[in-house]
Amino acid sequence: MATEAALGWWGVPLAILAGTMRGGTPFLFVSLGECLTEKSGKINLGLEGTLLTGAMAAYGVSYLTGSPWVGVLAAGLAGAALGVIHGWLSQQFRVNDVAVGIAMIIFGSGVAFFFGKPFIQPKAAQLPTIDLGAWSGIPAVEAALQISPLFILGVILAPLMQWFFKSTRWGLFIRAVGDSPDAAKAMGVSIFKVRLLSVIAGSFLAGIGGASLSLYYPGLWTERISSGQGLMAVALVIFARWNPIQCLWASLLFGGAQALGPALQSVGLKEGYYLFNAAPYILTLMIMIFTCSPKRSLTGAPGALGTDT
Amino acid sequence: MSQRRFVRLSRRQILRGLLATSAFGIAKYGTGCASTPSTSASPEGSASSPAAGGGQTTLGFIYVGPKDDYGYNQAHAEGAAGMAKKFPWAKLVEEANVPETSAVAESMRSMIDIDGAVALFPTSFGYFDPHILKMAAEYPDVQFFHAGGLYQEGKTPKNIGSYFGYIDESQYIAGIVAALTSKSGKLGFVGAKPIPQVLRNINAFTLGARSVKPSITTQVVFTGNWAEPIKEAEATNSMADQGIDVVTCHVDSPKVVMETAEKRGIYSSGYHANQSALAPKGYLTGAEWDWTNIYSKVAEEVHAGKKLSDGGIPHILRGGLKDGFCKISPYGPAVGAEAKKAADAAQAKLKDGSLVIYKGELKDNKGAVIIPAGQSMKQEDPKLETMNYLVEGVLGSIGS
Repeated sequence: MATEAALGWWGVPLAILAGTMRGGTPFLFVSLGECLTEKSGKINLGLEGTLLTGAMAAYGVSYLTGSPWVGVLAAGLAGAALGVIHGWLSQQFRVNDVAVGIAMIIFGSGVAFFFGKPFIQPKAAQLPTIDLGAWSGIPAVEAALQISPLFILGVILAPLMQWFFKSTRWGLFIRAVGDSPDAAKAMGVSIFKVRLLSVIAGSFLAGIGGASLSLYYPGLWTERISSGQGLMAVALVIFARWNPIQCLWASLLFGGAQALGPALQSVGLKEGYYLFNAAPYILTLMIMIFTCSPKRSLTGAPGALGTDT
Repeated sequence: MSQRRFVRLSRRQILRGLLATSAFGIAKYGTGCASTPSTSASPEGSASSPAAGGGQTTLGFIYVGPKDDYGYNQAHAEGAAGMAKKFPWAKLVEEANVPETSAVAESMRSMIDIDGAVALFPTSFGYFDPHILKMAAEYPDVQFFHAGGLYQEGKTPKNIGSYFGYIDESQYIAGIVAALTSKSGKLGFVGAKPIPQVLRNINAFTLGARSVKPSITTQVVFTGNWAEPIKEAEATNSMADQGIDVVTCHVDSPKVVMETAEKRGIYSSGYHANQSALAPKGYLTGAEWDWTNIYSKVAEEVHAGKKLSDGGIPHILRGGLKDGFCKISPYGPAVGAEAKKAADAAQAKLKDGSLVIYKGELKDNKGAVIIPAGQSMKQEDPKLETMNYLVEGVLGSIGS
């Protein structure tokens, strides 16, 4: 076992950098999924439950089959299955999608806890990492630059989704359904189908976010693994103004902020660590305050978001 | 938009129905789903005659988390299982994942009324006030044993007992092993919250380490809650970045810390239960609970018909290594001969009482003298249960 050189204060930026990539990945997938869902005019608060179900499914399947990639796929499919329920239910007559979402949080976590019992103890095969830090020769940097392939996938996905919304026929359908359902109807687009598919695809992504939690970082299955990240990611979409690229930056920011508290304590900062642990939330509030305007409502919000049509 | 009414119900009726269903749902959520009674729940009606000799004695155990979390709950569940294995007359009723809400009161009630439990062991700290207090008043014939330091003479109902172990003795030995294995001389401790039990473990670990190498330091990181997997991983990573090469922890499930330490190639020292399977290379030793002994002792007394309320069973049960309340994990492959020898010697001394952990002169990490030279605080000293300082050598602070 190599004794590692102490990094001192350099450990803080390093931890934040590593945190953006390690802790940001689940945020990224969930927020991209929610972005897709909300663009179609539906809100899916249930992604917290989807995240847990995805984490459990990924870990369980990876343990049973020995292949983490099959686990990732299973996580996506498990998420999509929850998406089917939400997508169908939330579009029924006089059903409110926020209420269904809250029910889905409880349902999703219940499913995850129920099926996850036998997987708390065993150790599942983890996703391989891409080591970008081998050049440095410093163990701390090497560990920080062990990047998950899921993170890279997410980084590619964000601009891809942006392009999808902007330049493809399908993207236009989703935006039309989300912004002006009447216009979409006149175009001959099935509102029900578009929304259902958007919710399913969004939940698929959120499930993969769960796989990142259980198969990469922190890399295990416990019932407390999500600790509210699914809900935070939903809020993050509003913060990112329904823009996939901004979702990427926001996720990185939140991931990095998570690492701030522990990193500052470990270099010997003694006061105020509860405050630093709350950094992500304070950051959100600050940015919300600075970007708000009395003159206009939220820009970029899909016109028909959350309305009953 | 069609305005037809598809069900003929007034708005008021619908609201009422919704309220009733959601109230039912909320009451149901968290109580019913997680029950795992290990034996069949046959109502024998024997609750009225609590274990008068011969028959079966039903003992109820309630855990706040899953029974296989490599942590606090697993330690209790293993203790209960070990006790049940010893005595053929002991019938175990268990329930896991019971939150510290009125759910636990319902669990206790059904264990008493349906399963006929004569003694209950609600193991989580937060069950005590108000749930155990309330149930103890309601069922004066049932005996309640609570893990934690909360029995107060005269105040607490007579049928409540409290048991807990001085696990800091195990931490002291783990500290010795850590100090003699560490190359950098820097140890790390991931704590949940700065409460007395956690501080006591941090201090004992550090005192043990400094008893063999006075220059050792322990860096503390508090995560703020009992189960914060991401923060625990971040804390362990940050400590590894700072050149710390042995980490230990006091959180509900040490799994994350152990696995992260193993990934980073540093040593780890366990807590609650044996975690050597999680870190086969770097696991040194660990402070483990050993509830089998204490549960066997209490179960035998209950079976013999003794009672808390008339003083047949003492209200406060405490003990350390000597009494078998706690133990240390078998040494891992990285532990050298010198460390083993020093640790074994300290263990023998703690067991025969010639070694006192908290003795003068003891300073806190701000330089104030806690125990003046020549004095000492024995483990039983109630002052130790209100600990609010970190000893010299600990880097960190308990203030927020």
